[in-house]
Amino acid sequence: MSDTTTRKGVLAPTSDRLVGFVGLLREHGIHAGPSETVDAAAAIVALGADDHRVLRSGLAACLLRRNGQRKVFDQLFDLYFLDGTRPTSSEDDPESLRERLIATLIQGTDTAQLAREALNTFGAYGGAGETAGRVTTASGAGWSSYMTMKSLRPEEISEQIAQTIGGTGQFDAAVHTIEARRRVEQFRSAVQSEARLRSAQLRGTDYIARRGVEPGGDSTDFLGAREQDLAEMRRLVHPLARKLASRLAVRRKKAVRGQIDLRRTLRRSMATGGVPIDPVLRTRRHGRPDLVVLADVSGSVTGFAEFTLQLVQALQDQFSRVRSFGFVDVCAEITHYFTPGEPPPPGFAQNIVRDAGVVRFGSSNYGEALRGFTDHYLDALGPRTCVLILGDARTNRTDPNLAALQTITERAKAVYWLNPEPARSWSTGDSAAEAYTEIVTMHECRNVRQLAEVIGRLLPA
Amino acid sequence: MSRFFSSVDQVTDRLTTAGYLPSLDIATAVFLADRLGKPLLIEGPAGVGKTELAKAVASAVTAELIRLQCYEGIDEARALFEWNHAKQLLRITATSGETWDSTRDHVFTEEFLLARPLLAAIRNPDPTVLLIDELDKADVELEGLLLEVLGDFQVSIPELGTVTAVRKPFVILTSNAHRDLSEALKRRCLYLHIDYPTAELEKAIVRLKVPELDAALAEPVVTTVSALRQLSLRKAPSIAETVDWAKTLVALGTRNLSGGVVRSTLGVLLKYQSDHRVAIERLGLDDQTDDGVPR
Repeated sequence: MSDTTTRKGVLAPTSDRLVGFVGLLREHGIHAGPSETVDAAAAIVALGADDHRVLRSGLAACLLRRNGQRKVFDQLFDLYFLDGTRPTSSEDDPESLRERLIATLIQGTDTAQLAREALNTFGAYGGAGETAGRVTTASGAGWSSYMTMKSLRPEEISEQIAQTIGGTGQFDAAVHTIEARRRVEQFRSAVQSEARLRSAQLRGTDYIARRGVEPGGDSTDFLGAREQDLAEMRRLVHPLARKLASRLAVRRKKAVRGQIDLRRTLRRSMATGGVPIDPVLRTRRHGRPDLVVLADVSGSVTGFAEFTLQLVQALQDQFSRVRSFGFVDVCAEITHYFTPGEPPPPGFAQNIVRDAGVVRFGSSNYGEALRGFTDHYLDALGPRTCVLILGDARTNRTDPNLAALQTITERAKAVYWLNPEPARSWSTGDSAAEAYTEIVTMHECRNVRQLAEVIGRLLPA
Repeated sequence: MSRFFSSVDQVTDRLTTAGYLPSLDIATAVFLADRLGKPLLIEGPAGVGKTELAKAVASAVTAELIRLQCYEGIDEARALFEWNHAKQLLRITATSGETWDSTRDHVFTEEFLLARPLLAAIRNPDPTVLLIDELDKADVELEGLLLEVLGDFQVSIPELGTVTAVRKPFVILTSNAHRDLSEALKRRCLYLHIDYPTAELEKAIVRLKVPELDAALAEPVVTTVSALRQLSLRKAPSIAETVDWAKTLVALGTRNLSGGVVRSTLGVLLKYQSDHRVAIERLGLDDQTDDGVPR
């Protein structure tokens, strides 16, 4: 592979280097403990340091503990264990580089080498290509993956690839368009990691390790989520909902410590000559937990709403007695918009806003929404009901209607509020979060990771 | 402890011979688990070859495979050991005139012990691969039990004493991550996440598993599956589905992959009605009346 041959080889990984690396991982939310570090050291001894790809796989096996950490790990590994390439000046003229790229992408072979060349040709700014030495942060020189990709015109490239590899017919065209886009995206991320590596060389590893690493999907803010992030978050939320459901299920099971089931105990004692050795406990039937979800689906929280609707969907799949209500300034039931077993399609939040009758004037009004809920749907609440309120509590300076929330808390068993805004801005502007906190506990829930934490805390296993 | 493998390359070679094509990540993790003597925890979507890997390791090193299939409500008696009550009673009733003390000594002996997978793996003097499958299905209590077994490779039986491993088994745990496993358990294991393979690797796997497949067909098969994985589906097709699909195409005698063929065999790849709808819409499979393939 060209990747291994052109790299200058792996630096000798000393124990200091490993400890520094583990420290950096911890700063990025990968909590590897001392025993993991010891394992990693043993792995380095066992594997040797000749092949950085083997070393990377081995360290990942020792230091990572869950899915979704690998992307961050790989970037940090590159920074710490690879002696990055010296930028070599490229002789290529832009058009021939572009053609070679298209040819490589059509073959579907490794593009790391081309990513390096493309960055040489298009990505240097502020004299980064000429000076080999380190420049200061203030000098403004660097490598830009954005500029590189912009000059290469990725949309045209993927179209060209799709046309070349695609056969005839609608089906072939569709398959190859998807495939072409994937390959271009792969190339883009190769360019991005290369740009990060180069910038690290310019500014020092620490600088870029702290600022230049892309966060994993589980720490993307709900509020600032872009389209591609949403897809990633959708993948993350499903297991989370399963987890929530299994937590609830465990709770129900734990309560089964009941009386002896005499009939089944006697039946089982036949095997032991009538001596009842294994007492059988009666399994108690438990009512399913009731859940009522009140979700803000207004524009200000679209990312969050998309996401919580996924969660609501998953909950409705697991439990028969979930009722969901959406609101902007009017509250309406949205339970029947969800089809069991089918994930909400993209843009689902907008459809609900348009069709469900949750909007009158268009800006969120928590007071009105809560009033609407207590006026029309109070019978949804009972002594066993948990209420989950999802929203940012920004009520556009209207009356927060604390009395209605009070009524809800009195009727329900428990009320939880998940707020997608950082806790420090709860008291600013038109946020009524402070006022609501007096009545219900509000949890900061900005990303998938925090949501997982909240679920963990709400429902101790 | 004797070791199964001497290098990562050797792992790759022997697993390939056993009919399993490992990625570099997989080969390295298996090598380290063997070398460091630690259990290997494997997570990943269903059908990417987690259980297959355990079987392949067992056959590559000619070890016995002992499998503990976890399910909700599995308990110590199913996982570890059990006393054979019926036989014990029989023993007590069959011997008359013995004192209670001697009877009791006889009743709690190896003869009446039913070894379940964990104990069986620990007591086995021959090379063993212990597969603890779908651990996320089991209750949290079982993890506590595993801590002793996996940490020290020993089992405490109150009436008999502690049974220590004669020979440490090679342990593989799999999980679909439906439930988060405890930190204590994860710390005792190496971690491997198996994802969908690269197109190259998947093509090689299909060729290995379905050698009868038309050589020209492997490429479009893998590309189509890869395109399906890019769509937003409830359950994306795994390697297992790709292989099944390749077998289906062989059975149908398919020469080239048209939209009609894909549509009529979509059920092999996708297991949900809603996924079918998405695939048909996005891959342009809805007007395939012209190529004469029966629906």
